[in-house]
Amino acid sequence: MSSTVVVVDYGMGNLRSVSKALEHVVSANQRVIISSDADEIANAERVVFPGQGAARDCMKQLKALQLDAVVLQAASEKPFLGICMGMQVLMAHSEENQGIDCMNLYAGNVCAFADESLRSTMQGLKIPHMGWNRVLHKQPHPLWHAIPDNNRFYFVHSYYVTPEDKMLMAGTTDYGINFTSVIASKNVFATQFHPEKSAHDGLQLLKNFCRWNGQV
Amino acid sequence: MSLAKRIIPCLDVDNGRVVKGVQFVDIRDAGNPVDVARRYDEEGADEITFLDITASSDDRETIVHVVEEVANEVFIPLTVGGGIRTVDDVRRMLNAGADKVAINTAAVFNPEFVRQATDKVGSQCIVVAIDAKKVSMENEPLRWEIFTHGGRKATGLDAIAWAKKMVDYGAGEILLTSMDRDGTKIGFDLPLTRAISEAVSVPVIASGGVGTLEHLAAGVIDGLADAVLAASIFHFAEYSIQEAKQYMADRGIEMRL
Repeated sequence: MSSTVVVVDYGMGNLRSVSKALEHVVSANQRVIISSDADEIANAERVVFPGQGAARDCMKQLKALQLDAVVLQAASEKPFLGICMGMQVLMAHSEENQGIDCMNLYAGNVCAFADESLRSTMQGLKIPHMGWNRVLHKQPHPLWHAIPDNNRFYFVHSYYVTPEDKMLMAGTTDYGINFTSVIASKNVFATQFHPEKSAHDGLQLLKNFCRWNGQV
Repeated sequence: MSLAKRIIPCLDVDNGRVVKGVQFVDIRDAGNPVDVARRYDEEGADEITFLDITASSDDRETIVHVVEEVANEVFIPLTVGGGIRTVDDVRRMLNAGADKVAINTAAVFNPEFVRQATDKVGSQCIVVAIDAKKVSMENEPLRWEIFTHGGRKATGLDAIAWAKKMVDYGAGEILLTSMDRDGTKIGFDLPLTRAISEAVSVPVIASGGVGTLEHLAAGVIDGLADAVLAASIFHFAEYSIQEAKQYMADRGIEMRL
């Protein structure tokens, strides 16, 4: 029986690019499926948790489809990759949409680049942060295999995570401020950038994920 | 600043085929969007934009398949524009694998459409394309207006005010084309590009008029563009994307090399 890489479908954005990119890099015995079925997610060998759109809608959809518990369960036990909103909603709280409680896997907030307190540092910088920016590795990790430090990945976002535990920071990026662009803890790896849109290095990261045993 | 400025080749697609002749000596089928997109990806394009110029609405479905096929194989951001009129059109393109959808004429006739679309799919997916033309006389302060129908029909809308309004309505990016410069190869309208870029908080893509690599650099340095879009100089292999990026980097611009 083949092992499955499940891309969690909770109605937030286009999952086609993620699944096609994964199909490019999986091993012969792995199968990529897009699923909103709790059992399929629970039985997956590894889980990719993408996301696009607003925090409020993401949380609403996760709850409406009753997927929040199974996603959190997956994040506690198997190789788990969060992408973009799929990273942000792992935090305790987001400042988006006048404040939204998120999944609370990690203590910390999701903050806005447009926040008044950043006005002087962000002056002249466009929001969303859109395009190819550098990611500095903050710790060695199996998912950085064959990816040179400080290479560029594709970002599109207006909010960024601020984990309380600085040990979670696996990568940082400069955009007016220095923000956490990658989180890693045990079996979880989560990126603010889109590996599925980041050409060669993005595919390498997905390939590394598909071969990862979930340990650091 | 470590965010790179972007180079975006633009491909016109008519009924599923790339037109305006792409000329690469070593490409199997210059009319095949997948082959051309793959080639641009290999050369280091930061994104690719497809402009659907299919005239008949009966054939509109073909662009969806084009996007699907390209998105299956090319893993950089894809933007699709041309004939996008409804939220359903937007969704279809995104589901096919586009990352961003450009709305042009439909925004002029129905600005609320931009608000509805960004509400449904998020600002980051919606690019508003603006076709502007200079309307001020020699001795007057510079002024540009929005034109439709390939620059033939005036709308009376001030370009700067319009760009600001579109951002207020949720546009995540502005694709700015100078109709005075489009096809001329004499360079971007830099005062226009700069005026729009300074007026809005979102990224601006400069388009229309590129004939040399210096034009691309000037779009960023003098026009303050976040990205530059060009068609013919890349299609006819006058310059490769790599050469363009190296040139811009040598001019001190942050690029993904």
